[in-house]
Amino acid sequence: MRDVAVIGVGITKWGELWEKSLRDIFVETALLALDDAGIDRIESMYVGCMSSGLFVGQEHIASLLADYLGQTPVPSARVETACASGGLALRLGYMEVASGMSDVVLVGGVEKMTDVNGYEATYALGSAADQEYEGYHGITFPGLYALIARAHMEKYGTTREQMALVAVKNHKNGAKNPLAQFPFEITVDSVLNSVMVADPLRILDCSPITDGAASVIICPVEMARKMKKPVIKVIGSGHATDMIALNQRKDMTWLEATYQAGRQAYDMADKRPEDIDLLEVHDCFTIAEICVIEALGMVEKGQGGKAVEDELTYIEGKIPVNPSGGLKAKGHPVGATGVAQVIEIVKQLSGDAGERQLKDPRIGMTQNMGGSGGSTVVHIFERE
Amino acid sequence: MPTPSRYWREIPQRYRLEAQKCKNCGVVLFPPRLICPECKSRDFEDTKLAEKGKVLTYTIIRVPPHQFVDQAPFAVGIMELDDGVKLTGQIVDCDFEDLKIGLRVKIEFRKIFEEGGSGILCYGYKFVPDM
Ligand SMILES: [Zn+2]
Repeated sequence: MRDVAVIGVGITKWGELWEKSLRDIFVETALLALDDAGIDRIESMYVGCMSSGLFVGQEHIASLLADYLGQTPVPSARVETACASGGLALRLGYMEVASGMSDVVLVGGVEKMTDVNGYEATYALGSAADQEYEGYHGITFPGLYALIARAHMEKYGTTREQMALVAVKNHKNGAKNPLAQFPFEITVDSVLNSVMVADPLRILDCSPITDGAASVIICPVEMARKMKKPVIKVIGSGHATDMIALNQRKDMTWLEATYQAGRQAYDMADKRPEDIDLLEVHDCFTIAEICVIEALGMVEKGQGGKAVEDELTYIEGKIPVNPSGGLKAKGHPVGATGVAQVIEIVKQLSGDAGERQLKDPRIGMTQNMGGSGGSTVVHIFERE
Repeated sequence: MPTPSRYWREIPQRYRLEAQKCKNCGVVLFPPRLICPECKSRDFEDTKLAEKGKVLTYTIIRVPPHQFVDQAPFAVGIMELDDGVKLTGQIVDCDFEDLKIGLRVKIEFRKIFEEGGSGILCYGYKFVPDM
């Protein structure tokens, strides 16, 4: 397999983008990525999108987006693994370039979530769970993660305050990200006094409903070396599944798919958790970040809550997690999230992350998760 | 929103708690499958869910899906039945303060939700404290 690098990134301000359509927000970021890479043609494209059918009544966006990007007749595919769609788009694009089938591939993600009302958005997101055996009984996504949170609190003594600190930390980072949907700081008190959604999770434990897109361009590393900018290589890729219904899993506090995808990526990259300088992980709910860093081996099982309390996961800490602000502050347009995580890692490794720049990181990891953990994609990146 | 055929297909599980037992490894599966996820066997015998178990985890849904609006707030949990099957369902006839992990519960047949004024009345299993 050939080595693959990211040579261009494109992302715009996320939020409630009433004036823009799905095709607009995607094409804007794709053009930015093309410009950043200094090219105007691609050989193929993969776009992560969870539910354009339920959110905007539009399927077949592979064709729509290639069309409006002015790239027909290139092959284009929409990729779907719920909220892990964007991460999977990168993996498929990576495989195509690594295999030698194509040289220049665009990997994007998009979700336009505010064209429907809150109930319809809840329904669309809920379709990532087992509709017949979870959704049928009235459980919601915050509800599923609340079930995980309660079990984690019981098993490991994780506290309500530790979960709140995940949101506080991510907003502290997000306040330095001008493209974030909610670029401001919050306090533990504001989290603990916010509206209860599904006990013990409150509204400020939850990532928001967001319109947004993100795109990157990937190519063989030899091609990237000819450009006058840092070469950011994809050195590990992992992808795994778990039972779709939370109740079917042996241990509800353990994200097996994240563990498995992480293990694959570490093996491929020949790296270990202590080699990773920063992570962008899937904090769709505060408890998720706690479980994810455990499954990726950053901390011992059950110690994810203590890690944030000890400030290990802050930008200044030993294991910086979500310097972008995470899904919590940056926003969570589900199909786009996995690609935006890649962009933050590329910016950080390139020394291009502005006010939230870490001190000279060399190796970064992304972890993008679908549903209550039924799909996970992990990537590791290294600056040459 | 279940269509009539989609609703009707699940009746053996929701009304009659029909499950299956793997003839090779003995695991009880609910809902039934074509292949055992534990041992890959395709050989099963019919069984019925144990009707008693305990709460493994729970939450109280305060922002519900729209067909559950008239029921919120309501409790949902994951229960482990005495045959080892784990499943998701509402926990009813129980004050929220009395909910706890380990609470003994039993299955009762109840209405789950109504599809508006003229749609299907959807039934199935819920859990109540087993006094
Ligand atoms: Zn078996």
